[in-house]
Amino acid sequence: MKILVCISNVPDTTTKIKFTDKQTRFDPTGVQWIINPWDELALSRSVDLKEDSSNPVSEITVINVGTSETEPTLRKCLAIGADKAIRIDSEPKDAFFTAQQIANYVQKESFEFVVFGIESGDYNGSSVGGMVAEILGVPSVSSVSDIKFNGSSATIERDVDGGKEYMQVQGTTVIVVQKGFAKEPRIPNMRGIMMARQKPLEVLAAIDSELLTEIIEFNLPEPKAKVKMIDPDNLQELVALLSKEAKVL
Amino acid sequence: MNFELNEEQQMIRQAARDYAQRELIKDVIERDEKAIYPAEHIKKLSELGFLGMLVDPKYDGGGMDTVSYVLAIEEFSKVDSSIGVIISVNNSLVCYGIESFGTEEQKQKWLKPLARGEKIGAFLLSEPGAGSDATSQKTTAIDMGDYYLVNGVKNWITNGNSASTYIVIVQTHKEKGHKGINALLVDKYSPGITVGVHENKMGMRSSDTHSIQFTDVKVPKENRLGDDGFGFKFAMKTLEGGRIGIASQALGLASGAFELATKYAKERKAFGTEIINHQAIAFKLADMATEIEAARLLCLKAAWLKDKGLPFGNASAMAKLYAADTAMKVTTEAVQIHGGYGYVKEYHVERMMRDAKLTQIYEGTSEIQKIVISRAIANDDL
Repeated sequence: MKILVCISNVPDTTTKIKFTDKQTRFDPTGVQWIINPWDELALSRSVDLKEDSSNPVSEITVINVGTSETEPTLRKCLAIGADKAIRIDSEPKDAFFTAQQIANYVQKESFEFVVFGIESGDYNGSSVGGMVAEILGVPSVSSVSDIKFNGSSATIERDVDGGKEYMQVQGTTVIVVQKGFAKEPRIPNMRGIMMARQKPLEVLAAIDSELLTEIIEFNLPEPKAKVKMIDPDNLQELVALLSKEAKVL
Repeated sequence: MNFELNEEQQMIRQAARDYAQRELIKDVIERDEKAIYPAEHIKKLSELGFLGMLVDPKYDGGGMDTVSYVLAIEEFSKVDSSIGVIISVNNSLVCYGIESFGTEEQKQKWLKPLARGEKIGAFLLSEPGAGSDATSQKTTAIDMGDYYLVNGVKNWITNGNSASTYIVIVQTHKEKGHKGINALLVDKYSPGITVGVHENKMGMRSSDTHSIQFTDVKVPKENRLGDDGFGFKFAMKTLEGGRIGIASQALGLASGAFELATKYAKERKAFGTEIINHQAIAFKLADMATEIEAARLLCLKAAWLKDKGLPFGNASAMAKLYAADTAMKVTTEAVQIHGGYGYVKEYHVERMMRDAKLTQIYEGTSEIQKIVISRAIANDDL
């Protein structure tokens, strides 16, 4: 059984976000890039599943649509335990473009599961997984919190409002996983880091794809207003500020 | 000259950082307070390969370079310097000593389990009357033909109880002075070995420090490292490498305390503004950052020389001297910046200040490092 884990290369979660080109492009200057945390959980659990010999998982491939700058992220995936990495050599222009690239690769290979993290730490679109399933014409299950294998089929657990839902799937399935899918991201061990040097990282050309969206502008949220400290005895000032400035009275 | 870390080095730093920030932080205060040895963490860090990260993969090690080692020890020690010293002793004193000077049989038997982290090692040099003055060994090993009979007491032994593999420095031929010293590989569970009480230390309280007594302990001849009389040179050469580990640990203490002090200075307000906006605090932070950077460069330079196969003894002495003094100064200033909060346990910096003191003392005091450096100057060897 082969698993494909789709990896986004995203800015570290503590990055201060800035934009350039009249607020239409993210400014990557000085940014530390990491594996999208949700994708890292997807990969970590996939490696756990493969390491448990009672499961039928035989190979884990990771794929990323990105320029050569994303290769350190892919090599970290190899160090964590992926067997093989694929980089589709292009900027991930938008969700549909990315989905087409991944779907094209999946069509050529055969994977039982194509796994996505539920969202990405950068654009937060939660779209690519569903789009890949649609392009491939295969089932897609979102908010997956667990997976158990029984022979050639698998039972997927997903969170629903106030409870759990279990579904059985067979054949190629897209699963979009959420936090509980893995307890925590795996830390690569020395052997994994050393092995990552020898594992294949294949670079494939992107296919032509029409761009369906265009970014007009990014806007940062308004900075948080400063707290005003008022003396507990000065009720008059408090009331004045609440009515005139905050306009809540 | 290239100051960039390669991808592997960055990955190792991140792995150590993730473990420290995610796991070590949870119980570091309790382990310090109750002097609890971090057995569970050491088990997990063994699985990740940090206990033998410098050892050649053919002896089950991680095969990583010393630059990566500096980065890892710094990250662990930012949160918990006791973990830093446990890993440092195992890697750069015990594993390094056996790998550099042991026979193939010794490496197969003793090094492999240490590199896998299944066994922990300790380096038994100091004695009640012989610390920095390593030639005054009182522990004797009498040559009995096919074995040595060892008697004496070793003091201040890091990993003293948790280790099961000891490298013991002994006096075999007293009349030969430092040329009569040997280094022996000894199984802790050999008859005649008594582990003394856990030392109740000021800092580094989560690492176990003990005295070890030897009473008529029989050590097979094949357990001797190097030729007869090689022990003093073995100890000095091994300690050269060990200093890089302790320097990195001191660096971690300094950079960890600096990060906490900076965070605090950006949050804490006094006289209507965050205290980082007061020059008294801002200049402290500027000095701390500069000294930490200098200490880091000295550590990395020593590691780089070692990785290149170049002499690194003077560089490691300078790194240890400067990083230890920086750790003491920076942690003290970090407590000062925190004010009253710095004096209580939950803010971490008081522990770091206590821990930092030891980096100026063990594996060669600051004064010993100055002897090493000044002799190199006198001998035109710098």
